[in-house]
Amino acid sequence: MNKKEEEKVDQQSELNLSRRTVLSTGAALAGAGIIGSQLIDPAAKTAYAAGSDEPIRIGFQAHRTGIGALYGRWYERTTNAAAKYINSIGGIAGRPIEIITEDDGTDPKRGADVVEKLATKHKVDFVYGTLFSHVVMGSAPRAGELKIPYFVVSEGYHVASGALNRYVFQPCITDVRSQITAVANWIFSNLGKNVALIYPDYAFGYDHRDYASAAAAKSGAKITAKIAIPPTASSFTRYFIQIPKNTDVIYHVMVGPGVLTFVREMGEHFGSVDVFEHYGSKHLKLFGFIDSLEGVNINSPGLEFLDGSHFWEAMPRYADGYPTAAEKFYRDTVGIDDSGASKSDSKDVAAYSHMFGCWETLFAIKEAVEQSGYKSKKDYQTLIETFEGFSGFNEGIAHPQGSKVFSGKTHQCYGQQFVSQVKNGKFNVVHRTSIADGMYEPETDYTKKSL
Amino acid sequence: MVFLALLDGTVTAFVLALIALGLSLVFGVMRIVNVAHGEFFMLGAVLSWFAYHWTGDALWGFILALLVAPVIVGVIAVLSERYILRKVHYNPESTIVATIGILYVIQQLTLMLFGPEARPVEAPIYFRVVFPWFGYSGYKLLVAAMSGLCLCGVWILMKRSKLGLYMRATQQDHEIATTFGVPTKKIYASVFALGGGLAALAGVLVVPIRQADHLMGLEPLLLSFIVVIIGGLGSLRGTIIAAFLIGISDGIISVFYEPTLAKMLATLFVVMILIIKPGGLFGESPQ
Repeated sequence: MNKKEEEKVDQQSELNLSRRTVLSTGAALAGAGIIGSQLIDPAAKTAYAAGSDEPIRIGFQAHRTGIGALYGRWYERTTNAAAKYINSIGGIAGRPIEIITEDDGTDPKRGADVVEKLATKHKVDFVYGTLFSHVVMGSAPRAGELKIPYFVVSEGYHVASGALNRYVFQPCITDVRSQITAVANWIFSNLGKNVALIYPDYAFGYDHRDYASAAAAKSGAKITAKIAIPPTASSFTRYFIQIPKNTDVIYHVMVGPGVLTFVREMGEHFGSVDVFEHYGSKHLKLFGFIDSLEGVNINSPGLEFLDGSHFWEAMPRYADGYPTAAEKFYRDTVGIDDSGASKSDSKDVAAYSHMFGCWETLFAIKEAVEQSGYKSKKDYQTLIETFEGFSGFNEGIAHPQGSKVFSGKTHQCYGQQFVSQVKNGKFNVVHRTSIADGMYEPETDYTKKSL
Repeated sequence: MVFLALLDGTVTAFVLALIALGLSLVFGVMRIVNVAHGEFFMLGAVLSWFAYHWTGDALWGFILALLVAPVIVGVIAVLSERYILRKVHYNPESTIVATIGILYVIQQLTLMLFGPEARPVEAPIYFRVVFPWFGYSGYKLLVAAMSGLCLCGVWILMKRSKLGLYMRATQQDHEIATTFGVPTKKIYASVFALGGGLAALAGVLVVPIRQADHLMGLEPLLLSFIVVIIGGLGSLRGTIIAAFLIGISDGIISVFYEPTLAKMLATLFVVMILIIKPGGLFGESPQ
């Protein structure tokens, strides 16, 4: 794609945004604080040509092995694609971007070691890219001690809760609390009010448990069961039997190597959606978070029972779910086909609802570096304060998932969410939330904490 | 609910018995603790994925894996017995360290060749058994049945064949067996290969109901140790009984309480056995 085409794509994305008026908070966002995604700044290219050849070094804490390996693979591909593209348009503030990747084995203890290694041995400018919440919880304190900005792409509520420190940001992927807040009412009013929760037995799962319960209490729905499953479990039947008879909806979210087995055994246990009717006397419905099926082909044998069920998606896996020019550009650049699989191997299904966070976060770092005039580690304070001053990011090539509202207090963004239904062997978007649907009152203020 | 707990527990028990049997045999005859045993199980599962991928067909891939995986793993076991364990003269401490080394080598090689992600293998046949209260995977029942067959096979091998006789003789007294002309070196190699092959077989059987990944060997290793310690080191009967004890209690406790509680109780049981009857329920007392 040449420069002219890129400009066109970017303009189209802006148009798409204004046409759809995604943001009910639109007026506020149109204000001065919003960061534009006009990446194609002609000056940037000149600066890169003439500028410093000292790269901006970004340490990528990757889950290459362990239970997060599937996500890790896609996070790495997305990161490399984004870095390549950023370099092709002039880098960050005229400096090339260099990604230094270290595997943390999806292990909290190794996570902290990796942060340290990246910071002290590789002397990176920033650490970035962690997904699994327990690894973030294990690594973030070390980043705080080493006083190095740490940009996570995780979903856990740990950043916004105030549990971490001022060096940790989650600027481009929404947290579980926000996702649930955005879709809970849709679930209760469209699927049913008696909900059984199935979630992984660690931090990320507890966010689901706590905020789904809170949302239910608020809207008069009832949680009939809270079933925690260890992320390394390999057999699940025993958990399904704990779902009580008065349940209307099974709300499921699973991660780890067993996800396919999990969903399959759910089908074996309850049968097709028709047989679900025999469960108690009611029609049992399924609402899943796409995490239960990230990287899994929806047409795998044994998943037929999912037909008609609903899933939350952060970014629609199928290209027709959110057909904007920026989305298409992003999809093509990372190398994903229209059904959400790798272009080179249709069996290699992407973690599409998570990996965009890597792409967008690198652009957010770019914005922060350029706006703050960051040169080296001594400028961390300015960079962090600049970042905290951001109020959002506009939709465009830099933010293909959609516009974001950013809270400097919580270091966390809000964004739109999607609800998709499985029909004819694919995900079909049936509902898109506004950004405001997922917003909640900040519970912390990192800007008041010391650096 | 009790029915499901029993059913789930029984399936677990059969598979566990098959995995633990290899460990128990190796300990019983060779007096060594094979820490790499779980990796043989993992290799079976991973080879099964390759067979599935290569044939492109669930049934043929499964049959191929069933025939080939135990053999390949058996050969790996023989080689590690010949070139590693024999070199350290089967010294208990050295073999533990050596098999830990084998564990890491196998795990890392698999990581390099197979990759870090969990990969699904289709079941050779796929059907749902519908009970009045819930449905259950038909293939799981088949796994239990096939494990049962394998256990019977090993039992017959031990009790009726010449190899079995030699094994039992070596287990009872290595020196006297040697004096009576039992080729103990060959027996050692065979036992180690058989142990590895059984674990690989279990891996092939289990992989369609979970997925193949390079770290999957750890959990079965720990459970096998629990089973073998409770059942009595080297006792075939003890291993099978202990596998059912652990499998079914795990099923029941997990359904009615917590899966973690089941693991805690199993571990507690191991400690009790070690204190009260150190040889295990059916094992000989340690000399």
